[in-house]
Amino acid sequence: MKAIVSLLLATASLPAMAQDLSAPSSEDAPVETIESSSEEREIVITDEAAWSDIGIAIPAFATDRDRPTPANEAGTGALGREVARVITANLRNNGLFKPVGPDSLPQPAFAQVRAPAYGTWSGRSAEMLVQGYVTARDDGRLVVGCYLYDVALQQQLVREGWVVAPGDWRRAAHKCSDLIFSRLTGESPFFDSRIAYIAETGPKNARVKRLAVMDSDGANHRFLTLGSATALTPRYSPDYSKILYLSYVDGNPRIYVYDIGTGKQTLVTENRNPTIAPRWSPDGKSILYSMAVSGNTDIYRVPATGGASVKLTDNPGIDVGGSYSPDGSKIVFESDRSGSQQCYIMDADGKNQKRISFSGGRCATPEWSPRGDQIAFTRIAGDFNVAVMNTGGGNMRVLTRGWQDEAPTWAPNGRIIQFFRTEKDTGRSGIWQVDLTGQNERRLPTPVDASDPAWGPIRP
Amino acid sequence: MNTKLATILLLASATGLAACAKKAPETLPPEPVQTTFPITQPTPQVQPTGPAVGTQGHFAAAVGSSTTIYFDTDRYNVDTQDAAALQAQAQYFSRYPQITFTIEGHADERGTREYNLALGERRANAAKAYLVSLGVDGNRISVVSFGKERPVALASNESAWAQNRRAASVIIN
Repeated sequence: MKAIVSLLLATASLPAMAQDLSAPSSEDAPVETIESSSEEREIVITDEAAWSDIGIAIPAFATDRDRPTPANEAGTGALGREVARVITANLRNNGLFKPVGPDSLPQPAFAQVRAPAYGTWSGRSAEMLVQGYVTARDDGRLVVGCYLYDVALQQQLVREGWVVAPGDWRRAAHKCSDLIFSRLTGESPFFDSRIAYIAETGPKNARVKRLAVMDSDGANHRFLTLGSATALTPRYSPDYSKILYLSYVDGNPRIYVYDIGTGKQTLVTENRNPTIAPRWSPDGKSILYSMAVSGNTDIYRVPATGGASVKLTDNPGIDVGGSYSPDGSKIVFESDRSGSQQCYIMDADGKNQKRISFSGGRCATPEWSPRGDQIAFTRIAGDFNVAVMNTGGGNMRVLTRGWQDEAPTWAPNGRIIQFFRTEKDTGRSGIWQVDLTGQNERRLPTPVDASDPAWGPIRP
Repeated sequence: MNTKLATILLLASATGLAACAKKAPETLPPEPVQTTFPITQPTPQVQPTGPAVGTQGHFAAAVGSSTTIYFDTDRYNVDTQDAAALQAQAQYFSRYPQITFTIEGHADERGTREYNLALGERRANAAKAYLVSLGVDGNRISVVSFGKERPVALASNESAWAQNRRAASVIIN
């Protein structure tokens, strides 16, 4: 369990800039993990299609005593049902499983959580069983236990528990979802994460664009700016303490570092040239930005704590964006130096720049997978689609078929890609997801139109 | 220059009025200074009503559609049509040397967001560079890119996109 690192920035106070910011409120602390089990048995899946046949039963989580809690006005008993619903939705939306949730299942007693009545479940054709409990401590914090059982073998596969503030109850449900998902697929977790994005309203020629954040399933939504100035292209810092984004609040495109806890923001550079396309390094210590000097845009790197910028590209073409490999050694970026937008890789210090996209069409907005093995990008060949390729530029696969699908961002486990889809003529936009196989394409629910999603890492 | 003349005349007449309000002073007030002012070039539409100099309305009335130049997809070069429009702008701005203005660079929706911000910046700078080459002082010209964020034509077709790929000179008060 990692502690949250607090980054200190050189302050360049801009009191006028605060006019477009909503009231601040800090993001939550790490979840305290208790009662973790060791690996007991591996399940190896060779064909993902087999997963959808596996019935997973997720009855309501039990409680020892039905106590009031700020997390649910009906108490811990009702909260247990909500937790099971969140887990069910997570696993269903993920597309790999067909879970059956608490509204269709009997509720286990508290004593049965650790000692399942296997007969009940095998009679229902459930192959996997998730059981859990929610209890409220005297200090108000909640204890959530999560257990996964193989019904046929009558064996516990994995268990874990967490202590959370009442306001973080959904995080415990996501941690449980991640535990189950990882144990059954062998993949890394991703449910307990948040997304920064741009919420859009208004007519096509007068869009109001606000910075917003939400959980990976769309819950716990907050607007961070008021919309009086256009906000674009946000990025969560790796520790979730800050968001980089572009704002026109002073009339020009400038990148700000927004501290979520204090609500204050600072410029990423004092340079008055227009700056766009902010990016974090995987260790959170560096920030990439693209800056236009006399009309020519190049990519720069600056320490997150402030200081001198280093110019990484130096080319009369438009060089913009950039995404680090997970080990921080390389950066993939887009450039039109060849005459059209294509994708290039360079060392993190800017050396050895070489083109990797040769599959036909254009390559834009490249993003390196957190697993390090794939690069997602916007492929432009008439329409815009989300595509992936390996880090050498080979084995390109187009994953979507929209008219304008743009700006992929990876789930923390490198298995799912979010992007935004714009509708022809109306300009309406929404955030969508697709998995790496190109299947399970679905829209993420947002309060209004949405664009520029940026998926943060797994939360500690 | 017209305003300077007007100001001098106002001051002179105020002095005169002040003198009339009192007893005749021991020393006469100075005569209004007769100076010659350079004759301004006749302007095409010096009307008592209408947009004032220094407004976008006055600029648009003077140069018409030449406030804005247009570009092909992914291009940012000033073609012959653009050059003619920028000539008209340069003449206007030399006529009113006190005016500062902004060139906004735009792109159509058929481009990715960040690339379009950079492309809009290219377009605005190309227009600025051309105006500077025509003698307009670069210090009078600000540049801002809006990428694809501020379309004027809202359909998703070639005609609308062509209208959105533009660099617009704007006087902001």
